[in-house]
Amino acid sequence: MKAAVVVFPGSNRDGDVARALSAAGASVSSAWHADTDLPAGTDLVVLPGGFSYGDYLRCGAIAGRAVIMDAVRAHAARGGLVLGICNGFQILCESGLLPGVLMRNADLHFVCRRQHLTVERNDTAFTKAYRQGQVIDVCIAHGEGNYVADPETLARIEGDGRVAFRYCDATGAHTAEANPNGSLNDIAGIYSETLNVLGMMPHPENLIDDLVGGTDGRGLFAGLAALAA
Amino acid sequence: MKARVIVTLKTGVLDPQGKAIEGALASLGVDGIASVRQGKVFDVELATADNASAEAALKQACEKLLANTVIENYRIETGV
Repeated sequence: MKAAVVVFPGSNRDGDVARALSAAGASVSSAWHADTDLPAGTDLVVLPGGFSYGDYLRCGAIAGRAVIMDAVRAHAARGGLVLGICNGFQILCESGLLPGVLMRNADLHFVCRRQHLTVERNDTAFTKAYRQGQVIDVCIAHGEGNYVADPETLARIEGDGRVAFRYCDATGAHTAEANPNGSLNDIAGIYSETLNVLGMMPHPENLIDDLVGGTDGRGLFAGLAALAA
Repeated sequence: MKARVIVTLKTGVLDPQGKAIEGALASLGVDGIASVRQGKVFDVELATADNASAEAALKQACEKLLANTVIENYRIETGV
């Protein structure tokens, strides 16, 4: 498994996600936002968290139109895997690779804390190491994670089983209290139509080491790294 | 030529920032405000003096970057 982590001006979680991928056994390289091509043989493109272009205009808006994104779009169109975490999810929505938009958190607070999620399906390239319906404990850190889509789009996403993760409490219940940002249907992450592009607000790369009190994020990287190149 | 682009949230899209401003105005004792919606204004200088080509360029700018048409509308004013 060859992964390429794209670095935009203002990305700041590229090192952590590269570390998580390496620890899981993937070979990791990086790509610069102004590059026209991805590293040769890239299986997985990762758009990391951070504040690309200082969140100017709209979160992910300028990065979503960066030069490298043409190569990312072509990679996705070929069926290549793309993972966007936090700002990476915002970039995927702004670039048109995923539907909908991430708006300001409903209560206007930047939320930075541990958060439980349900794994909605475990038959995709990203979630093979989890059980269906498993409750995992990861981290969130965002001010604009309020997932919004028009009713038709939302119905299509739900109908096609494209919700990857939902916010929940420790027991797996999807309650209003467990939704940290107002996202419609408690959506924490969604897939593209062909399930090869995943965008998610939470940070699985934060929870890969016992040292920080949890390893529930490991499964995502382990599942990806175990895929045949 | 100078132009102005105004980007606003579509009707029905929740605007938590507008709501917070609305609340702040009420707490300041500014009376008579029913609601506030926050938007963006871009003041643009164009190389052209031709109205039609200015509008075409600005429309492209809006569609490609300035507005996210999933949630936002835009309005172009030329010759401002």
